Amino acid sequence: MEIIKYILKRILQAIPLLIIVSMISFFIIRLSPVDPLAELRLNPSVSQETLQKETQRLGLDKPIIVQYGKWAKSFIKGDLGVTSNGEQVSTKLKERIPNTLLLTTIVIFLTWIVGIPLGIVAALNWKSNLDRILTVLTSIGMAIPSFFFAVLLLIFAVKTGWFPVGGLTSSDFLEKSLFGQIIDIVHHLILPVTVLFTLSLAGLQRQMRANLLDVLDSDYVKFARAKGLSEFDVIYKHALKNAINPMITLLGFEFAGLLSGAALTEYVFQYPGLGRLILEAVMRSDINLVMASLMMGAIMLVLGNLIADILLIITDPRIRRTNV
Amino acid sequence: MFKEVMKKLWTDKFARISMIVLGIIYFSLLFADFIAPYTKDFSDRTMAYVPPSKIFVIDENRHISKPYTYNYVRGFDSENLRITYNLDRSKKHYVKFFSKGQPYKLFGTIPMKRHLITTDNGGRLYLLGTDINGRDVFSRILFGGRISMTIGFLALFVLFPIGLLYGGISGYFGGVVDMLMMRFAEAVMSIPSFYLLIILASILPSGMTSVQRFMLIVIILALIGWAGFARVVRGMVLSVKNQEFVQAAQSIGASRLRIIVKHILPQTTSFVIVAMTLSVPSYILSESGLSFLGLGIQQPDASWGNMLKEAQEYTNIIYRPWLLTPGFLIFVAVLAFNVIGDTIRDVLDPKSNK
Repeated sequence: MEIIKYILKRILQAIPLLIIVSMISFFIIRLSPVDPLAELRLNPSVSQETLQKETQRLGLDKPIIVQYGKWAKSFIKGDLGVTSNGEQVSTKLKERIPNTLLLTTIVIFLTWIVGIPLGIVAALNWKSNLDRILTVLTSIGMAIPSFFFAVLLLIFAVKTGWFPVGGLTSSDFLEKSLFGQIIDIVHHLILPVTVLFTLSLAGLQRQMRANLLDVLDSDYVKFARAKGLSEFDVIYKHALKNAINPMITLLGFEFAGLLSGAALTEYVFQYPGLGRLILEAVMRSDINLVMASLMMGAIMLVLGNLIADILLIITDPRIRRTNV
Repeated sequence: MFKEVMKKLWTDKFARISMIVLGIIYFSLLFADFIAPYTKDFSDRTMAYVPPSKIFVIDENRHISKPYTYNYVRGFDSENLRITYNLDRSKKHYVKFFSKGQPYKLFGTIPMKRHLITTDNGGRLYLLGTDINGRDVFSRILFGGRISMTIGFLALFVLFPIGLLYGGISGYFGGVVDMLMMRFAEAVMSIPSFYLLIILASILPSGMTSVQRFMLIVIILALIGWAGFARVVRGMVLSVKNQEFVQAAQSIGASRLRIIVKHILPQTTSFVIVAMTLSVPSYILSESGLSFLGLGIQQPDASWGNMLKEAQEYTNIIYRPWLLTPGFLIFVAVLAFNVIGDTIRDVLDPKSNK
């Protein structure tokens, strides 16, 4: 019961947060000197009627507060307007968001599978050569600019021909069998995933190492050792559980970092994700699209943090006691 | 404390190498005008995408000679439909040190003509080849580095006062003020930072001078980072605000702003130092990413990020790998900053001294 109460409280807290986010984004974008309908006006395939409808929907003739109100109302209703090409913004987002989620989920999964054990290894061999080597390796991964690494991998892909150059699917994707389609997507995902994985491994490995070192230094671990438990039992039964818990908070941060990091990677690999969408929208000053993808990014980030918090509540009873 | 940190940095092998590397980089950037064979804006349109000059020390008779180089001549490979550059072996151009070349002003004031390395009249020395406009990549790396390697520090100098004051006020006042200020900071943090970055950069009006643009990009970078910093400062303020020295200041009637600025914020010094060194590399990376997309520093100004913009084309990266050099430099600089940051954190963390 307490858990549900806490979860509800967290969800309710997320709502005002998103409202403030939307206000910040809205004012930044609207205060810019760009005419939100400039592209639509220039596009001959967009009719005068659509233009009229957009002007009215956005309330461009009214003060900015009213404009925000109008925008918020239609956003909640799910009407996000049209892009400068005349497409529905919502269909565009529906197409792109799953791709970005797919990419980030795979990367998070892989970094956890690799990063946690590496962190444990580093902590158990604290200040040894192995620890130093791991730190240096992860530092190197952290220091490569993501777009530069992506460019290097692209050269590799072009030269060897082992990997497709960009995109998410091959041109003959629809003719393939289900299994062939999965293989095709995996094949396209390998390079972008490699870039983002290298980028985010370091943070996770270091945090895990620091946590485990903290825990190994605590009184209850000393007690467990003094009691004569084997080193294996001390580490894997007592220390590890408490060291992994705080990592869950990192999930939210990791997700945020990945959303940002993914934008450049998606751009270089021509990957059809949210990051590339917002980049293209920004370059074309497609206001509706920018605003909607910015909001979607923020919603995804807030949801990511929410999920991390809820997971933490479920796994760590101490939080429940202090917060509710 | 500063002395102790420096001593530790110097005794640590990796940190020492990093400090030396950064020292060399900043030294070269400071004397860029002298070290670079060409000035910032020198371009020879007929010499676009020339590969790096080959420097010979053994001449055609197999004798050791003073280092010399050949110019490239442009040709056309009609089979592959490509422009080719071949060495013009008819005329040797000796590499000269400390000799006169294009005029420049050292540190913007002292007029000078001597360059560290040039070649004789009519010869062209492109240590790292040229770009699409026939500009010397090596010289541009030096001038571009000035922007890339300082923008992070400048952003920090804008960001830290904002973050300190915001976090200080929020933490000290508490209550409704704290709640409202923190919700706002959290909202800023909830927008994926890179999305916000490109949007802010894209609404910059065009037609600014390069200095204006540079300053605005500094401010944008600062706008992205202040919130997270302010939140941590607030936490630290909360932990010290009920201590005796604060109560003492209150009881002698110090103003609230004075208490925050003079008594509470100085308590956060060591955290500020760590946060500063740790966040420099992330600003270097942000600037380069932004310029890579064409939203940051604009041509004809150079920055390591916008020099890499040319690497977006396959033909460039495959046939003209020298254009990738700025990427390696970003990597080296960021790595060095990270290693130093790690070491400083270790020194300041009391746990690591057991």
